[in-house]
Amino acid sequence: MIPTSWYLILAAVLFVIGGAGVLLRRNVLIVLMSLELMLNSVTINLVAFGHVLQDLRGQIIAIFVIAITAAEVAVALGILVALLRNKHSLEVDELTVLKG
Amino acid sequence: MEQAFFLLLAAVAVTAALLVVLARNPIHSALALVACLVQIAALYVLLGAPFLAVIQIFVYVGAVMVLFLFVIMMLDVRKEAQVRFLRGPLLPGLVVLAVLAGEMIALLLHSTRLHAVMGPGQPVLEQPSVADLSLLLFQEYLLPFEVASVILLVALIGAVVLAREDGASAAKAARKEPRGAAR
Repeated sequence: MIPTSWYLILAAVLFVIGGAGVLLRRNVLIVLMSLELMLNSVTINLVAFGHVLQDLRGQIIAIFVIAITAAEVAVALGILVALLRNKHSLEVDELTVLKG
Repeated sequence: MEQAFFLLLAAVAVTAALLVVLARNPIHSALALVACLVQIAALYVLLGAPFLAVIQIFVYVGAVMVLFLFVIMMLDVRKEAQVRFLRGPLLPGLVVLAVLAGEMIALLLHSTRLHAVMGPGQPVLEQPSVADLSLLLFQEYLLPFEVASVILLVALIGAVVLAREDGASAAKAARKEPRGAAR
């Protein structure tokens, strides 16, 4: 029997690691991948609570999260390809088009 | 036994996650993320959600990460990987992360309300089946399900439009190309 707090602590650790990737890395691709990691850690929480409370809604919401993530990644990578074609750069500190 | 499995999976997942953030080459990051996602799928099996584990492997590892790898290999970003972290002071980001981590760990360890919800980890009475899951998904959550499919369609169209070359610039490139080739 695994204590639920173990799952929650693992999810918190993964969330912080993903946050480090989002905040500190320079490459847009790695930032996107770290975002995936953060979403996954949240999904672990949902499923763990669903398991403890004997409620299937945690899994349902996790399925929706996965579906929306797939859509998000498709659009994000499309933007990224267009960006690379126009700016020839993938580094977050050089992408300041919206700065005015 | 279960606890040993959990510790093994968690250790591999955290190591792979660190590798995602620290790797120099984006392809290594992507492969480490694949490893991490597979570990998380195994954790779903431990949590009694085998269907979600299969979905995780199909959608994340099979579709999302392959898309990432395609884009990385298509764009040839290896020369971009010289500087891993942002220029300038990293301290503000690190402080934010430390505060976030401290908050979450303190909440998990010391919140009485959370522990009241979780209980001492009572044994699971009966495993919910995939049939129960699908009944709930297609009865109570039918509308969100349909909305999700519409969102996927919109994302598909958006990705095609975004990644397509402009009509004008494509025509220009096509006009330029044969002349260069003839010379």
